[in-house]
Amino acid sequence: MAKGILRAKAKAKGGNTVVKIMAKHDMETGNRKDKSGNKIPANYIQTLSVAYNGKTVMESNMGTAISKNPYLSFTFVGGAKGDELQMTWTEITGATATETAKIK
Amino acid sequence: MKIIKSLLMGASLAMVASAASVSYAATSGNTLATVDPEADRLALQSYFQKRFPKVQVEDYVNGIYALDAPSREQWQDIEEFPPYEFDIEEGEELFNEAFANGKSYADCFANGGIGIRQNFPRWDEAQGQVVTLELAINQCREANNEKALGWKKGKIAKISAYMAFTSRDNVFDVQIPNDDAKAAYLDGKQSFYTRRGQLNMSCANCHVAGANILIRADLPGPTLGQVTHFPVFRSKWGELGTLQRRYGGCQKNVRGEPQKTQGDKFRNLEFFQTYMSNGLVVNGPGSRK
Amino acid sequence: MMNRRSVLKAVFTGGLVAGFGVLMPRVALAAWSKAAFEASSQEMAMGALYDADPSASAEVTLKAPDIAENGAVVPISVKSGLAGVTSIAIFVENNPQPLAAQFTIPEGTLANVSCRIRMGKTSSITAVVTTATGSFSASKEVKVTIGGCGG
Repeated sequence: MAKGILRAKAKAKGGNTVVKIMAKHDMETGNRKDKSGNKIPANYIQTLSVAYNGKTVMESNMGTAISKNPYLSFTFVGGAKGDELQMTWTEITGATATETAKIK
Repeated sequence: MKIIKSLLMGASLAMVASAASVSYAATSGNTLATVDPEADRLALQSYFQKRFPKVQVEDYVNGIYALDAPSREQWQDIEEFPPYEFDIEEGEELFNEAFANGKSYADCFANGGIGIRQNFPRWDEAQGQVVTLELAINQCREANNEKALGWKKGKIAKISAYMAFTSRDNVFDVQIPNDDAKAAYLDGKQSFYTRRGQLNMSCANCHVAGANILIRADLPGPTLGQVTHFPVFRSKWGELGTLQRRYGGCQKNVRGEPQKTQGDKFRNLEFFQTYMSNGLVVNGPGSRK
Repeated sequence: MMNRRSVLKAVFTGGLVAGFGVLMPRVALAAWSKAAFEASSQEMAMGALYDADPSASAEVTLKAPDIAENGAVVPISVKSGLAGVTSIAIFVENNPQPLAAQFTIPEGTLANVSCRIRMGKTSSITAVVTTATGSFSASKEVKVTIGGCGG
């Protein structure tokens, strides 16, 4: 399976699942300039949503103030070891993908 | 012993310009005949233990975060999921990728290159020089008709990160088998204590006496354990970089001409610094500001 | 103040949902709000997301360093003991675009998020937590310094 841009650490603990996700992405703000002085076009992840058992457990909307290699951590009630999470991201370019991660 | 004590105390006072390079945190001398690496190493540990009595020696592998609580908290948050994890992944792929001739890095290193980070840098008798891990990586490439990688970042840093990661918790034990190696150690020690640049500062000014003391907006890390957590993902770089990338950067920070990456001076300096961290464990790659 | 809010509401229409009621926190909407994210002032960004200024509340906990080690990567976390939290948003007042992130919290997800933000300079950070009864905030100043041997 091709590796996506998301890495997730999801752990079932005490009836909850703690999720940590980091995306491999420069989160280009559009404010930086290259060596010739031209602005590097903005390209950042705008949305990252996470679903479990067909239900959305988190939707994050992001802007240029999110650090490179965007990181997100949250906890939802439920989830069990071995189950899967569906994580969908979209970029301002329109690029989008859904990646999966297993709960440990 | 009394003389040594006052030298150590003097080291914790404000940095004062001194004429010649003085090894004020070392008990031993500045010549091949008088230098005693073990005495230097123990004196350095003793210096930091006296200055920071609550910090365990083994914690120094975390650098400034062993000493400063507010930055440690931020670092711990980053360590929840550090960006260098991507580099370790890529480093593993690069490490396992065969050369055009079918061989790979595993053929150049003991134990297939896994869990051996603590053996570098080492004195190579045949070559008559100190061999750092990055030098060994590029020597492996050239021996197999591959082009050498850039020294400071990118692929070499990722491979180095992967190799460090497989060696985490292994203990550094740099050996000085003969006088030639001792001369390299001495050269590194002299570099460490020599002032340079417009700002006329030595490594020791910031990383011994100046450790955990604000210099403008930065807190220099203690030299004890400093090399153990490289390569580093520096937030400032936004990427991974090697130890010698930082050496050059530091020299520029004191407004001096940076010495040659992986040249004799830097390799001897790394040899000296790593010897001083003998007994501590491999902790790379690391995250830093 | 009411006049300004209604002017803002009229101007920033991108992101409205059909059937939107005046009293309902607009943040029930999950779509990425161009108006909010591209606003160049905190006031405009908040105006695009909320009907009324959020009120400071001890029930919102914002964890952020006093002095950021590096403005490019500042770890932040927000949590709240309030019931029925539907959204958490983070604003960096002095950033060119103050809205950093907006998290929609579905039922069954805890009101507790962590992320890493970029700060251009010393700024007040405000976390806003939205429930059915309104929006509540906590703020903290985070210093960003440059210069030193790290460059």
